[in-house]
Amino acid sequence: MRYISEFRDPKLAKTLARAIKLAAQPNRDYHFMEFCGGHTHAIFRYGVQDLMPPNVHFVHGPGCPVCVLPVRRLDDAIELACAHDVILCTYGDMMRVPGTGRRSLIKAKAEGADIRMVYSTIDALNIARDSPDRQIVFFAIGFETTTPATAVAIKRAQAEGLTNFTVFCNHVLTPAAIGHILSSPDFAPNGPARIDGFLGPSHVSAIIGSQPYEAAAQTYEKPVVIAGFEPLDVMQSVLMLIEQVNAGRAVVENQYTRVVTRDGNRKAQALVAKVLALRDSFEWRGLGAVTDSALRISNDFAAFDAEKRFAISEKRSREVKSCECPAVLRGVKKPTECKLFGKVCTPDNPMGACMVSSEGACAAYWSYGRQRMPETAA
Amino acid sequence: MTQDTVDMTHGGGGRVMHDLIRNLFQKHLSNPVLDRGDDAGLVTVPGQRLVMATDGHVISPLFFPGGDIGALSVHGTVNDLAMMGARPLYLTAGFILEEGFLLADLERIVWSMSNAARAAKVKVISGDTKVVERGKGDGVFITTTGLGVVSEDVDLSVANVRAGQSVLVSGTMGDHGVAVLSKRENLEFETEILSDSAALHGLVADMLAATPNITMLRDPTRGGLAGTLNEIAATAGVGITLDEAQIPVAPDVAAACELLGLDPLNTANEGKLIAICPTSQADTLLAAMQAHRLGRNAAIIGRVTDDPAQFVQMKTQLGGTRIVDWLAGEQLPRIC
Repeated sequence: MRYISEFRDPKLAKTLARAIKLAAQPNRDYHFMEFCGGHTHAIFRYGVQDLMPPNVHFVHGPGCPVCVLPVRRLDDAIELACAHDVILCTYGDMMRVPGTGRRSLIKAKAEGADIRMVYSTIDALNIARDSPDRQIVFFAIGFETTTPATAVAIKRAQAEGLTNFTVFCNHVLTPAAIGHILSSPDFAPNGPARIDGFLGPSHVSAIIGSQPYEAAAQTYEKPVVIAGFEPLDVMQSVLMLIEQVNAGRAVVENQYTRVVTRDGNRKAQALVAKVLALRDSFEWRGLGAVTDSALRISNDFAAFDAEKRFAISEKRSREVKSCECPAVLRGVKKPTECKLFGKVCTPDNPMGACMVSSEGACAAYWSYGRQRMPETAA
Repeated sequence: MTQDTVDMTHGGGGRVMHDLIRNLFQKHLSNPVLDRGDDAGLVTVPGQRLVMATDGHVISPLFFPGGDIGALSVHGTVNDLAMMGARPLYLTAGFILEEGFLLADLERIVWSMSNAARAAKVKVISGDTKVVERGKGDGVFITTTGLGVVSEDVDLSVANVRAGQSVLVSGTMGDHGVAVLSKRENLEFETEILSDSAALHGLVADMLAATPNITMLRDPTRGGLAGTLNEIAATAGVGITLDEAQIPVAPDVAAACELLGLDPLNTANEGKLIAICPTSQADTLLAAMQAHRLGRNAAIIGRVTDDPAQFVQMKTQLGGTRIVDWLAGEQLPRIC
């Protein structure tokens, strides 16, 4: 596999591991938050942690779109599928996330709701074309990586005059979340947790570029290195972060130069700006309400907004009691510090989103790393 | 399980399915043959050791690159018999047809079954047909039951697995799952990935001739290599350690998995087997496998370990370690 296996090369990994060990000063610790769940999983899937010196720590960030979606929005999606008789199209990872009372889309589907797993917004559009007598709702989630695809679908639906297609929009924005984390009391100089730098998002940055992180790096004096998702990308980025920390620098650097530029994908940005608009505030699981952190469908395309077409009821949504997903997403607790982890909460019986998603930190700990936690034995 | 309903994860080949089998089917139908937890039941009738297995086929789409539900319904059951070291002799076939299904398609399927049966030297000696109303089935479901004989000196069972033994696979992992998924989701790749659907009893016969004391065999179908090894570890009460660099995966399958966010180790196979044998015999067994058409890419991929936690672990190519877990639910695509 060209262009992939090169970035998993064991010899280069050894060389990088040696360089990291040399660069890391033994008299201090380094705490780096990898923002994306994709990084968390690369670290665990390839055993990157095993190649790090003991004073380099990964702090897992909130970059798992399924995980940060608050229970309320999932409950709304379940309501759309069950009570409004629509065909709800969703990305697969969402299916098993427990909502209030541990109801999930997969359970609603087993009870008869018409919920379809799709790979892209285009699949949802095809379903809308094929079923003119049904209402199709696309359950849009994700960071800036997936927003252009949603925008494309809405634009196409408008061009074709599709009247049975709407989008339940839950897209969220990365730079706002990074700013929110760094300004929180958790990471204040005397706070309970520490971050010395960020492994910046990779696919997100392909769209928005590296420029949007510069403000946070400067304001909070934390280095950011945009890192690819392959294990050698992660290791090289760690080395770059250590070098910045050692030199007392805090700037945005780009390790993932084969994909990311400073300006990003301008065409995609323009499309998103046309079809979607900034929400004043949006609730994130774990982070709470974050201003200017999410997108809604813009007024010009309001006809495609599921929140406007369907009367979604008010409800009192609740997380599973004692689930630590919120603290895990903020980076202040490790999955193993949750009382439910590995006991009642496993990927087969998830209590929180972080155990479900293929990008969730709890799932990574359980599925790839529990040999390091003998207490989780079968 | 009071108010719970069957959902798709109960058929996914992961721990949920394993638990359903153990806690519902086995609870009520328990007997010493079933409780061994092998791919097929071994019984002795005077003068003969018989092996019997049954397998339902509900694949969608019915026709996929490299095979169809007809051939698959022969291979699936023949392979369950083969995993016990048996020579398959007879099959029965039950068809559940959906009202409105094209007879021409049904004939294509049955023709394919007959070719597969002839090639495997088994006879379909009894059958049954039921039709359900439109919307109550998905075209055609086929359940086949197979009967085979196994010679006196063959004793393949998960109950014989011990720490220190070697783990081998007969070829590349994940071909079938990726072939079916690519068709199901209309994903088009530059080169067509074909299912590995094949009858394995010929390969098994050659393996047993070279290495009579093979410990056990199993075909990694649903749940893939990872699911099947976890099942073995849980049943035998052992751990397993794999070496990622040794696990064969075809480059196009690996590439498709990267694209779809799948793991070839969790992806289904229909013409591959896992063999566990004493380590002193591993090289002989490997040579016998590689000499057969269906075992050309065979490899020694790991060892059985003494591990009360029953972990299946892997030394990664990069030099770290990780767990190789059961799949939770059905394998799902990447979203970000």
